[in-house]
Amino acid sequence: MRTRVMEISVGAFMLAGILALILLALNVSGLTVSDSSGSYRVTARFENIGGLAPRAKVTLSGVQIGQVRSIGIDERMLMAVVEMDINGSADYLSSDSSAQILTAGLLGEQYIGIIPGADDEMLKDGDAIENTQSALVLENLVSKFLFNKVTE
Amino acid sequence: MDMFDDIIINIRKLNFSRGDRAIFRGLDIRIPRGKVTAIMGPSGTGKTTLLKLIGGQLLPDSGRIELDGANIPTLSRRDLFEVRARLGMLFQSGALFTDMSVFENVAFPLRVHTDLPEDMIRDIVLMKLQAVGLRGARELMPSELSGGMARRVALARAIALDPHLVMYDEPFTGQDPIAMGVLVNLIRRLNQALGHTSIIVSHDIKETLGIADYVYLVSDGSVIAHGTPKELAQVESEQVRQFMQGLPDGPVPFHYPAGEYRAELMKGV
Amino acid sequence: MLDQIQALGRYGLTRLGAVGRSGMLLAHVLVARPQPLKMFPLLLKQIYFVGVLSLVIILVSGMFIGMVLGLQGYTILVDYGSEQAVGQMVALSLVRELAPVVAALLFAGRAGSALTAEIGLMKATEQLSSLEMIGVDPYRQIIAPRFWAGFICMPILSAIFAIVGVWGGALVSVDWLGIYEGSFWANMQHSVDFYEDILNGLIKAVAFGFVVTWIAVFQGYDCVPTSEGISQATTRTVVYASLWVLGLDFILTALMFGDL
Repeated sequence: MRTRVMEISVGAFMLAGILALILLALNVSGLTVSDSSGSYRVTARFENIGGLAPRAKVTLSGVQIGQVRSIGIDERMLMAVVEMDINGSADYLSSDSSAQILTAGLLGEQYIGIIPGADDEMLKDGDAIENTQSALVLENLVSKFLFNKVTE
Repeated sequence: MDMFDDIIINIRKLNFSRGDRAIFRGLDIRIPRGKVTAIMGPSGTGKTTLLKLIGGQLLPDSGRIELDGANIPTLSRRDLFEVRARLGMLFQSGALFTDMSVFENVAFPLRVHTDLPEDMIRDIVLMKLQAVGLRGARELMPSELSGGMARRVALARAIALDPHLVMYDEPFTGQDPIAMGVLVNLIRRLNQALGHTSIIVSHDIKETLGIADYVYLVSDGSVIAHGTPKELAQVESEQVRQFMQGLPDGPVPFHYPAGEYRAELMKGV
Repeated sequence: MLDQIQALGRYGLTRLGAVGRSGMLLAHVLVARPQPLKMFPLLLKQIYFVGVLSLVIILVSGMFIGMVLGLQGYTILVDYGSEQAVGQMVALSLVRELAPVVAALLFAGRAGSALTAEIGLMKATEQLSSLEMIGVDPYRQIIAPRFWAGFICMPILSAIFAIVGVWGGALVSVDWLGIYEGSFWANMQHSVDFYEDILNGLIKAVAFGFVVTWIAVFQGYDCVPTSEGISQATTRTVVYASLWVLGLDFILTALMFGDL
């Protein structure tokens, strides 16, 4: 009888450990199982990405449809190249869509917003988004504001 | 001496030291099969160490310890564990496994070394416990036993596998007279009934001499006298007489070696 | 002068001897090929003693540490108007650092010391010798199950610690301080990466479990078998294990997150 209680509690303990790991994975890290399998990859070049980081959100009208995979430099054009994974279900982005880097709130994280175009052709895996709008850099805004003030 | 026609253990030229201190210097001991052999000597002469050497728990510096012809110190770890299954040892403290009941303690060697079915293990354990008179105590935990009872349970465990050789490490120390009498009786009776060889390490002269067939007196790392209890009583050597009669001073001095007494007092700090 | 050098040399040799013996012990445990059928009940029992019985202390301290993190994080972050990031702060500090480290420290105090004392007492009461004389390898019967139990339990305890801590943090910041629940979880999920953070945290926990149980088991097995020796060995277990956990944590952190 004593061994039975012990065995049950050890089993429950192991289960609790596994459950904790699953909770950590799903609730804390937001790991989704079917994420990368059904996605396609597009790239976009930006003059300035500001504080954009890998794994930032990619949104359409504020709804997340993918995430930033990696950020690099195009050495020929000297621009930032952002690779993003778009969910496979979001297959309604026309090839002339534009991408802009937005900020959540005044000091919040930065993310990419997609604005769909009107072309009949849709974005596919490996395509590039041509129209981009760089991040608003706060310092530039402030200096522009000051400069305008001075010239007035 | 017909007793030594059949010897189970043959220790030859055994040397063992701990750090700088030599414990055994050229020790020679032969143990006759089926008899009760006592190894006696003052405290600190390494009697327990000798049992550990026989059990292969310690390695000698040199010399041979032959058990049925196999030299213990050169055995591989696996062979050693096999040999030990045929040895039983009763430790000074009993050394029962504190997390098991009396029954499980006695059943333990059977479970490890045999694949007997459970009801057979039960029968054997009850037989062994019956032999030491503790069949009724089988559900108790070791912490609920008195010292003498714990030693009897340990004895039942030591003989669980019907070993060829049972070694007793100071079986009488710290026992009240009744428990002592029970143990003395038990060791003798088990030896006769089960036909194994017994080695008793002890410094309780009266009890040990009462049951031993043959006695070795060990002091300063070697055997100073041996013989049957009767023969030993007639040995003239001062050293032997001091031990056998329990005299406070003699060749084994009362004082631990020290400088000259008066000189040390006069010297100051 | 020469005496001091000799003392230093002797100290060094003693230490080196202990390191060597602990290595031997580890080798024996890893090599002692367990018979799974006979090992399993022993392992089960040890997981119960080492893991299940440590659960209460892990739950309570995990929750309080999570709550404190939530409170502290809020008061710091609210000055910058980014109190929504408290979820991210609580989760990252728990998952990466606090859960494995604090759980390991508690584990060393709760289970490690008990392991040392138990094995030391077995040695003092000749139970280990008696096992050897029965023909049972104490490494296999006593040491290995305890070692593997610690190894298994530590990551489980660490994961439980982390999840309870996150829950405690959510309790304070969402329910009491009124941070919007959606942004609390979204921020957290956005910044915590499963492989980078959670798996690395678990790897840390496994490493700590290894070190703590190794030290605990070795100190017990190697102790002077007297009551004083056992108490010293128990103290050494807690001290050495804690120091090793903290030192190892720095090394592992540098390896895992150093280039970020």
